[in-house]
Amino acid sequence: MNLFEALRMAANGLLANRLRSSLTMLGILIGVTAVILLVAVGNGASVQINAHIQSLGANVIYVYPSNAKGAGGVSQGFGTGQSLTQADVDAINTQQQAPDVVAAIPVAQTGGQITYGNQNYFAQTTGTTTAFPQVRDYQLAEGSFFTDDDVNSRHRVVVLGQTVVENLFGSTDPIGQTIKISRQSFRVVGVFAAKGGTGFGSQDNVVVAPITTVWAYLTGARGRVISQIVASATSAATVTQAETEITTILLDRHGISDPAQADFQLQSQQDILNQATSIATALTLVLGAIAGISLVVGGIGIMNIMLVTVTERTREIGIRKAIGARRRDILVQFLIEAMVLSGLGGALGIAVGALLAREAPNIPAIASSSFPTPVVSPSSVLLAFFVSVAIGLFFGIYPANRAARLHPIEALRYA
Amino acid sequence: MITLERITKTYRMGKLEVPALQGIDLHISEGEFVAIMGASGSGKSTLMNIIGCLDVPTSGRYLLDGTDVAKLNDDQLARIRNRKIGFVFQSFNLIPRTSALHNVEMPLIYAGAGSRTERATAALGAVGLADRMHHQPTELSGGQQQRAAIARALVTDPAILLADEPTGNLDSASSVEIMRLLATLNSEQGRTVVLITHEQDIARFARRTVELRDGRIVRDEKAA
Repeated sequence: MNLFEALRMAANGLLANRLRSSLTMLGILIGVTAVILLVAVGNGASVQINAHIQSLGANVIYVYPSNAKGAGGVSQGFGTGQSLTQADVDAINTQQQAPDVVAAIPVAQTGGQITYGNQNYFAQTTGTTTAFPQVRDYQLAEGSFFTDDDVNSRHRVVVLGQTVVENLFGSTDPIGQTIKISRQSFRVVGVFAAKGGTGFGSQDNVVVAPITTVWAYLTGARGRVISQIVASATSAATVTQAETEITTILLDRHGISDPAQADFQLQSQQDILNQATSIATALTLVLGAIAGISLVVGGIGIMNIMLVTVTERTREIGIRKAIGARRRDILVQFLIEAMVLSGLGGALGIAVGALLAREAPNIPAIASSSFPTPVVSPSSVLLAFFVSVAIGLFFGIYPANRAARLHPIEALRYA
Repeated sequence: MITLERITKTYRMGKLEVPALQGIDLHISEGEFVAIMGASGSGKSTLMNIIGCLDVPTSGRYLLDGTDVAKLNDDQLARIRNRKIGFVFQSFNLIPRTSALHNVEMPLIYAGAGSRTERATAALGAVGLADRMHHQPTELSGGQQQRAAIARALVTDPAILLADEPTGNLDSASSVEIMRLLATLNSEQGRTVVLITHEQDIARFARRTVELRDGRIVRDEKAA
């Protein structure tokens, strides 16, 4: 008996009970759809997080002050220290000492209510220097970035991200307009091009001003604090060297011989990316495992129906044995029937899952939220198909074996 | 062709041993048309199961075409049934929702034989069912279903045709038709036919009658 004959027999068997076959298939279909869809959502979240982190700049290294130690060495929390200075930034910017660093900028951040006319908005205001667009990889859509002169003279100028512009100005051209941050007036000199990347902390929700201006008008009593130094390496490959160079410079400047006692911490974009990727992978696995449970339920449905089928067709099995079917022939016939059920259900489930994943972004409720766009990966499609066929094989073996072991005389006597 | 030597068969029902056949010696030569008769419980069905290689005897020797069948395993018995025996049952036993043609092809599929459609079509033609071969069993009359079953039994060109009460579910007109067909297959093609029946008028078509009672042969005579 060849495979074609076996498939033809299986098709006949399944077509004889169309409703029952369809319902059994539906069990697998729903399971596979769930797996495809949930894994696609997990992948989508992963892609979204990666894109977001990439949009922060792939070669970026952050330097944070270590946690300040209070009396008795009690840590006062992340980034509370004040160990970083403009002189540190200048040292890192020295070509001979840090050949793999393109540029480093100091950053001072402050929150504040932003108003334009009767529009209110809240965003972090970042004080920095002129190398900011280069280090953080921002392009300007309109106007220009502030100049060294603006920094030296504490001019009250700002450059805005797209999200801020949309919320404050609507259709008005923002260039040359005056906005207020914490009741201080600032002139808008430039607008960044959108960086894309949705979800947590959009890169377009930024207000950038000269660091000297921020110190003078916004940080108030906190004084000339540098909350972090941002440096960019020459390429993603040189991030590690650049980190070593920065560490050496800062340890030397701060007079610390033991790196374990450093009063600063480095974090590269790669570190963040690795963490986020491992979280997203875990998320995908959890979602896939939950969906996998429904596949097992579908498999049990197949086993159930195959047992009923074998009982119902006992006489047919007897006839087949009488005219020369061997155990193997009967086994193969019912196994293939189970595998066609699950394989077909799996294939349809993949189609439905992929269709839903493709159409999901078109559903208004999903499009307007920050729900990740599902990404169906070819590997999950292949895996889902083979897993569903394997489920048919696994849950089909017991019923098929039962059929194959029937005694021909007893099977023929079965009414 | 068929040689049975001291065949016994005992069924075990719980602790009770029920003897069905108690030492059968029987020889059937090629080209014979034998009717095996007996009341229900006489052991004729058990004998037919053993002759048909559906079951193995408890003791004794069964030579079919020179092969000692009693020593074969399940798959080897399946092969013998497929190649050497053609079954015709009382309830036709065609596979439902499957055309007559495909039913007749079935033994060839298990034999792994080629040119199946041609051979099945020829077999259906030989039983006079060429015009109805694409019909399903439910679309055929009882007589037609039994013809299809005979075609299925013949298609592998077996040594013996084993018919178990082939007319039990048929009206008298169809019964005569089927018996004539079996007689023709015997007389014109020289096919060995073993017929199991409890009806005298049906047994009359055969040229030799073997009667069983309580698992023993009580009469074995050739028709004049």
